[in-house]
Amino acid sequence: MSSGDSQKDNHWHRTKGLMILHLSIWFIFSFVVHWFASNLNQITFFGWPLGFYMAAQGSLIVFVVQLFIFVKQQEKVDRECGVAED
Amino acid sequence: MAMKGTFIDNLPKVYGMYTGGFLVFIALMAFAESMGMSAEAIGIWFVTFTVFIYAYIGWMSRTMQVDAYYVAGREVPPVFNGMATGADWMSGASFVAMAGGIYMGGHPYLAFVVGWTGGYVLVAVLMAPYLRKFGCYTVPDFIGTRYGGNLARFLAVLVLIVASFTYVTAQINATGTIAAAVLQIPFELAVWIALGAILLCAMLGGMRAVTWTQVAQYIVLIIAYLVPVFWMSMKQGFGSFPQFEYGAAVAKLAELEVMHQVGVLKPVAAQAGLSALTVKHSVASSDPIAAFRFVTLVACMMMGTASLPHILMRYFTTPSVRDARRSVAWSLLFIFLLYFTAPALATLTKLQVLDPSLATSIIGKSIADVNALDWVVKWSNVGFLKIVDSNGDGILQINEFFMRGDIVVLATPEIAGLPAFISGLVAAGGLAAAMSTADGLLLAIANALSHDLYYKMIDPKADTKKRLIVARVLLIGIGAAGSAVASLRLTGILGSVAWAFDFAMSGLFFPLVLGVWWKRANRAGACAGMAVGLAVGSWYLYMVKWGGMAPWWGIDDLRFGIIGALASLIAMVVVTLMTAPPDAETQAMVDEIRVPKGKSVLDMSH
Repeated sequence: MSSGDSQKDNHWHRTKGLMILHLSIWFIFSFVVHWFASNLNQITFFGWPLGFYMAAQGSLIVFVVQLFIFVKQQEKVDRECGVAED
Repeated sequence: MAMKGTFIDNLPKVYGMYTGGFLVFIALMAFAESMGMSAEAIGIWFVTFTVFIYAYIGWMSRTMQVDAYYVAGREVPPVFNGMATGADWMSGASFVAMAGGIYMGGHPYLAFVVGWTGGYVLVAVLMAPYLRKFGCYTVPDFIGTRYGGNLARFLAVLVLIVASFTYVTAQINATGTIAAAVLQIPFELAVWIALGAILLCAMLGGMRAVTWTQVAQYIVLIIAYLVPVFWMSMKQGFGSFPQFEYGAAVAKLAELEVMHQVGVLKPVAAQAGLSALTVKHSVASSDPIAAFRFVTLVACMMMGTASLPHILMRYFTTPSVRDARRSVAWSLLFIFLLYFTAPALATLTKLQVLDPSLATSIIGKSIADVNALDWVVKWSNVGFLKIVDSNGDGILQINEFFMRGDIVVLATPEIAGLPAFISGLVAAGGLAAAMSTADGLLLAIANALSHDLYYKMIDPKADTKKRLIVARVLLIGIGAAGSAVASLRLTGILGSVAWAFDFAMSGLFFPLVLGVWWKRANRAGACAGMAVGLAVGSWYLYMVKWGGMAPWWGIDDLRFGIIGALASLIAMVVVTLMTAPPDAETQAMVDEIRVPKGKSVLDMSH
């Protein structure tokens, strides 16, 4: 029982770590990047002003890729801690 | 659907055939047009054919089982649930209004694009897998069981209704607008026909029927959105994958804006409901208030996404916790396909109107010539577009061309000179988007009332048959109420859509998140969080919108969720810490939600 509990603790600890990692990335591409949109617009990225590009496409691509990676990572954590579904 | 297992196994084949059939239908319509069928007749064919298919799926999915009615039997595979969520999510506003909003509003409007995609990161990381493990039928079901007591459950139902009802009214309005335009009937009548079509999809089969019609609707709406963009791009020489190539067009627009004096020339007289282009496409203001307004709108739309019950309940339908999580990623991918196309569409359409080297351009041309264009005549006739020669020189200038942003998506095929059947396709897509969202919202409201209010609070001894009959009666009643409000035409499409997100985040975001992530959160705290959040948010909306109060720091009525959610967080934390922690049983339940393995929490307690 106690080993099961420590496994659960470890699982939740690692899950929280993943949560903080992904919400940090999310925070940067949701808020920080767009806060500096007018500065980023000085840079040209394949014709786009970078600030505009990040809002129209860049942040979106980050979110999509990030979620598929998050799914893989969380499934790995669940498996390694022995709490994955069969 | 007697062979249910077989149906699930055959999903890729069934929807593959459906997609092929739809493409054949489009080809048939193209052929009919070349044989001389009128644009009106083609529009009617597109709309009736697709609605007939949805109704057929709704009929085939009819059920008298509680599990099937509320959570589609929990057997929807992640990819298909992703498509259903995409349709559930993308409303008339996303389909019809978003590209037009970017066209008129430029960079600041992109806050919606960022907000309505990034919210899914919150859904996947903070909520969906845990709510799936919990095993509830509705979002208030989670609140009511996690915190205990009828008051918490009731407050969750209240927030859900306030948020979803403002939203569903806008969707019935959009469905009615498209039906009125295509079928050429009065709007007041079209709204009720629209409701009939919406209920055909949802009433007999509940969540099961809505799920399988939403998958079908996603396929129609994404084809209808992408085909015109690719076609226009190839026809006008913008490249074969415009989403990745329109950077040059953005740069070109910046030059043209200087030439046409966008932002310099202001309209001489305002035209009610219409606007002239005065905002530069890609310029982001260096004013900190502008940056603040951008990020606060992003925050509202994201936290609203993660609190809207009609979205969260889609993740109750997957077979497992793992599938719920995967399904969020698929949802975002399917939504991304439309949202990263919208800015490309806005840019390329604007270029066609402004670039004098393109045959389609109108700015800088003679007003007599422009007034003779088919699409200008058509949209002027319905009052969505207006040309005023305010300086009397006979040449159209940027501040003399007024239109409603909403028409960009609908008019693009005509501006680019695409065949008329494309317009029929776009109408079918817009209808699919509005109908599918309306279905999800109506079901969320009716299910909360029938399951949480009626079954859990009023008559816990009701048998299955009675519960499901009550659920359907409520569905019709709420749909009728929504149509009645929609027929009054109180609000524009987008205003009320943004408010739905603000209401949801004000009342539900923190009680939901902290219910999973803070074991100490208790009933008193959650009730305070919901009640205070909803009350403060509503008060602020009222004061800013109608009460004459100056918005604090540019937080206007579209962003009132910031104030509401902040009040909700403070109230919830303070009240929780002032009262006793939840009992051991509740704490054990939270531990159980956090682990994917094992039976769902509600299954164990039965």
